[in-house]
Amino acid sequence: MRETRPRQDAPVFRPHNMDNTAQPRGSARRQFFADAARMTCGVGLLGLGVGLYARNATALPPAALRPPGALPEPEFSAACIRCGMCVRDCPYHMLYLARPEDPMPTGTPYFVARQAPCEMCEHIPCVKACPTTALDHALTDITQARMGLAVLVDQETCLNFLGLRCDICYRVCPVLDKAITLQQQSNVRTGFHTLFIPVVHSDHCTGCGLCEKACPTEIAAIKVFPLYMAKGQLSAHYRLGWVEKEKAGGSLVAPDIERHYHTPEGLKYEYGKGLSAVPPAQEAVPPAPTSPSGAPKALQGDRL
Amino acid sequence: MSPNFLHPGADAIAANGWLAAHRWLILRRASQLGILLLFMVGPWFGVWIVKGNLNYSYTLGVLPLTDPYLLAQMLVAGQSPADLAWIGAAIVVVFYLLVGGRGYCAWACPVNLLTDAAHWLRTRLGIKGGAHISRTARYWMLAMTLVVAAVTGTIAWEMVNPVSMFHRGLMFGMGLAWTVLLAVFLFDLFVMRRGWCGHLCPVGAFYGLIGRLSLLRMMLPRREACNDCMDCYAVCPEQQVIRPALKAIDGAPPVILDSACTNCGRCIDVCSKEVFRFGVAVPGVIGAAAPQPK
Repeated sequence: MRETRPRQDAPVFRPHNMDNTAQPRGSARRQFFADAARMTCGVGLLGLGVGLYARNATALPPAALRPPGALPEPEFSAACIRCGMCVRDCPYHMLYLARPEDPMPTGTPYFVARQAPCEMCEHIPCVKACPTTALDHALTDITQARMGLAVLVDQETCLNFLGLRCDICYRVCPVLDKAITLQQQSNVRTGFHTLFIPVVHSDHCTGCGLCEKACPTEIAAIKVFPLYMAKGQLSAHYRLGWVEKEKAGGSLVAPDIERHYHTPEGLKYEYGKGLSAVPPAQEAVPPAPTSPSGAPKALQGDRL
Repeated sequence: MSPNFLHPGADAIAANGWLAAHRWLILRRASQLGILLLFMVGPWFGVWIVKGNLNYSYTLGVLPLTDPYLLAQMLVAGQSPADLAWIGAAIVVVFYLLVGGRGYCAWACPVNLLTDAAHWLRTRLGIKGGAHISRTARYWMLAMTLVVAAVTGTIAWEMVNPVSMFHRGLMFGMGLAWTVLLAVFLFDLFVMRRGWCGHLCPVGAFYGLIGRLSLLRMMLPRREACNDCMDCYAVCPEQQVIRPALKAIDGAPPVILDSACTNCGRCIDVCSKEVFRFGVAVPGVIGAAAPQPK
């Protein structure tokens, strides 16, 4: 009947109780503090382990993407209830719940674009299924989702970079001709062909991963990364001169320099147009001298 | 009469027949397996009665059920759920206020199947002794999980929680979660009798707190008939809850007031003297009731 007998604790050192006189209150209090200390230490150690493990596992591995509308990472693992409703309501069965051995919070949903990308359902059933704020219910337009950002990571293996007209990433993109555009460049290898370089635009890319899934090379040349990995950021004090110029309606620092080109006789060069023949009447016109009103804006009056 | 730990309930079987002496146990297993089955027919057969898992589920597109313990962790981690999760948690809390908080442990939680199996095997193998951890450890565990959630800003306990790991594993793929479950099984088998569910699990502790105000309780209307066969002690997963009510310690009423009682009903099964039955006890009223005359 060992199990039911009132438990005798391990011997406790009780200096004031050596003579076995009854001191119920004091001894009970000591016992209480001893138990509390034991529990605090034991359970506290366990909590420390759990906490450190949780801290380490909150960063997503680069290949794992969250469903549409997911909160940014530390908040997501606090808001996600790990119920898998998004997994169940995904009509394409491309979401998974992380298992204990996966390097992310156990039970949270993710997908791997190369295996099965987000098909960008118009009605976003995964977000509707979420019983918490882990997936933002304010997201009603799937093109506004930012699950990640496609990055053409390998220019050495991208077929379009090699001069082929693969274009698959461009053509499968659900935000066609906005998230990925083809930028024409001269093919310096052949000397007379054109390269159609896929360029991803972060203001339209949802990170669905269709491009990564469709990339025909052995390992995808274009990959979707979580935003924190894919996106850079300019320093807050940076200003783009051409943007500021447009805002101000003119050059803020100095007038654009009039360019002179040493061209063969009878020819002129214009930016964007190239060489052209000069009509005989224009040929002898010298450059106009700089007038006072044409002085740099910064030098007009006393204000910068 | 000496307690029969290997075959508790022999007297009850002799008196009432095997079926009657296992009635509540059978009902309980049916409940545990039935709940699992309700969840499993979706992934297995594509019949979606219940979606989700024990953390949050949605039944037939109308009934949300949320684990309030998870909701509590979410709140201290600084996040707030959406409406359905709030409603689901309210339904669960009200339900367990009615049927007894730790009814969750005995009737719904899948880990109970595992730890009951460990206990069964432990008894058969005659394993005795082991670690001593206070039954109050689970409340410390509960506090710890909430503190860790607040400090890390994540639901950290869900990383290791065997309860949700087991259930989620069955629904969504087990992965290496079986190692955690094996650890719980072996802990209960070799290290500590009723170790996980009875001493450590913070989920049980949370539902136990709900159980403090629960209506459905184990009554002992015929405690005078007790012949000290000890069979109820042998089967009870929370043995400490029986004695005050059974022996009227300090004039305790014939109701198990300890919120650690899981309302499993096994004591009803094994008692040949029909001391136990389920009953409704309004909290406060019963506790303040005049002591029964001895």
